[in-house]
Amino acid sequence: MGSPTSRPAGDGSAPAPLLSLRGVTKTYGEGDAAVRALDGIDLDVVPGEFVAITGPSGSGKSTAMSIFGCLDLPTGGEYRIEGIPVQDLSGDVLAALRNARFGFVFQQFNLLARTPALENVAMPLVYAGVGTRERARRAREALSVVGLAGREQARTNQLSGGEQQRVAIARAIVNAPEIVLADEPTGNLDSKKGAEIMKLLTALNRDHGITVLMVTHDATCAAYARRQVVFRDGCIVRDDGKEAAS
Amino acid sequence: MILPSAGLAFAALLRNKMRSALTMLGIVIGVGAVVMMQSMGGGATEYVSEAISGLGSNMLIIIPGTPRGLGQMTTGVPLFTLGDVDAIRHQARDVALVSAAGQRVERVVYGGRNRSSAVAGLMPEYFQIRAWSVSSGRLFTQEEERQGASVCVVGQTVVDDLYLGQSPIGRDLRVRDKTCRIIGVMESRGASAGMDQDDVVFMPYSSFSRRLVGNDRISAIMASAASADRIDEAKAQIVEILHRRRHIAQGDDDNFAVRDPRDLQAVFQSVMGMLTTLLAGVAAVSLVVGGIGIMNIMLVSVTERTREIGVRLAIGARSRDVLTQFLVEATTLSAVGGVVGVGLGLAGAWGVARGIHVPFVVPAVSTAVAFAVSILVGIGFGVWPARKAARLNPLAALRFE
Ligand SMILES: Nc1ncnc2c1ncn2[C@@H]1O[C@H](COP(=O)(O)OP(=O)(O)OP(=O)(O)O)[C@@H](O)[C@H]1O
Ligand SMILES: [Mg+2]
Repeated sequence: MGSPTSRPAGDGSAPAPLLSLRGVTKTYGEGDAAVRALDGIDLDVVPGEFVAITGPSGSGKSTAMSIFGCLDLPTGGEYRIEGIPVQDLSGDVLAALRNARFGFVFQQFNLLARTPALENVAMPLVYAGVGTRERARRAREALSVVGLAGREQARTNQLSGGEQQRVAIARAIVNAPEIVLADEPTGNLDSKKGAEIMKLLTALNRDHGITVLMVTHDATCAAYARRQVVFRDGCIVRDDGKEAAS
Repeated sequence: MILPSAGLAFAALLRNKMRSALTMLGIVIGVGAVVMMQSMGGGATEYVSEAISGLGSNMLIIIPGTPRGLGQMTTGVPLFTLGDVDAIRHQARDVALVSAAGQRVERVVYGGRNRSSAVAGLMPEYFQIRAWSVSSGRLFTQEEERQGASVCVVGQTVVDDLYLGQSPIGRDLRVRDKTCRIIGVMESRGASAGMDQDDVVFMPYSSFSRRLVGNDRISAIMASAASADRIDEAKAQIVEILHRRRHIAQGDDDNFAVRDPRDLQAVFQSVMGMLTTLLAGVAAVSLVVGGIGIMNIMLVSVTERTREIGVRLAIGARSRDVLTQFLVEATTLSAVGGVVGVGLGLAGAWGVARGIHVPFVVPAVSTAVAFAVSILVGIGFGVWPARKAARLNPLAALRFE
């Protein structure tokens, strides 16, 4: 093909989307107590993008991230990864998918307490069935990518917040995923530490070709991304990826 | 998957050492009690079998008394007479040898030294019945028995203590206020059934009853069957003779009993069987309590580590990986408890065996079974908490506060 003429309707650019949400809704609870966290979202992410999702509190950003990360299924609409509808997949296949293709970075770091950095980082490889020696080698490599070479044996409680988040990023990339999902990765850090984390994510995106989806409240952080998506009340109110394409 | 899980399980348990130790306690006690009691029971059985086989397999013991449960009631029951002994000797065709037997503990004195020893009055046949002879000197003869001679044969312990290892033969030993001349030293038999078999003074029965007891009532009769396969006939003949002599009508309760080593073994085994059953009950209760303790701690642990479970699910653990992790953790708890229990049980049994001089036995089968049960308890009581963990929704687990 190669020609920019034939492209799916409504789509921005030539590459086929890696992740694609179509009319996705998510409702928590039932009846009167039901909360509609997502209200018809259309969003495509192509390989190599760095997307920042912003928006007011309660607008559905984290809900969208958990659907992207296969931690939760949409109530309505369709989510496809490389064209494959996620709702048809079994729990074990979803687990394998999370293990091989996604890396997660959380606001609260979510490392194992009192456990050496190396062991935290190697954890996804345990579930990938990688042998002990190879696990240690790859975890060491990931730690050096995030600038923590030499701190392999430091325990979680002996690390600063910024260092803990870098261990978490090393854990997210140790299995060489295509996509890193980061939900407010700098939310618990001061602006200086936050900037370091942003530089790290930018480098992963630029130098390692990892697709990054990041939720943030901070405009400075959002500025690192090449595409901004703004949520409000479960809807996308602005998507400059689309604007740029049209 | 199992191997990394076992490593993770150990790490998780070590993070909470005190709690893990307390949780294991029920299993430790259950397994420890089983192993210790089985070891002690095995030691006691070995010890009693040894003691019984040391008696000689054809041996019969005739004692007065009426049967009461497992034991024998002796109060108000007539003892035996020399006439009974003679009647058995001459009328019971399948009885080879008969001896009256009496025993009492007396103070024995030589020179400036004294000790309390078992002083027994016996007929010369006794030594043949028990296949026991002297290491030096000689046994007393039928002639000396008939005369009521003041002679005696002593055991090695008496020699070592009173004669400081010198030969006592030909010297006089004072028994209470009577004197007897030592004519022989018995072969050493060591300890048996809790008593030093060498701490003895044997004298002719006639001399014993006349000079030490003061009457001719006989408290026990020892006999031997003509051969091992005639024991039942010999017993029946003795019973028949004694029924007649003691005027016991058909259908009345016996006021004596004829025992052979198999009976002693059977009585002992029925007592051991009861103890074992009782103990199995105690151990079962303890293991169930231990299992519930493990279940409780695992439920607490699943709640405490909900976020950890969420992270594991997010980074690619399947629910069966989480199930395995918690199941292995519960099983590791109970298995370590089992190992500690086996260790403490064996150590305790060893200490007791040393203390009361019985053989120390490692009960291989019971140990293996107790350990296997401890593992099963871990799996059985760990399943529910582990399933609870495995069924967590990844997102809900991650958001858990
Ligand atoms: N498990 C749940 N049960 C019920 N309602 C939920 C649940 N999770 C989220 N919600 C609701 O869904 C809406 C969207 O929540 P979400 O966490 O996606 O918001 P957000 O944009 O990430 O907000 P914030 O910036 O504060 O993190 C909110 O109104 C929230 O109360
Ligand atoms: Mg959020």
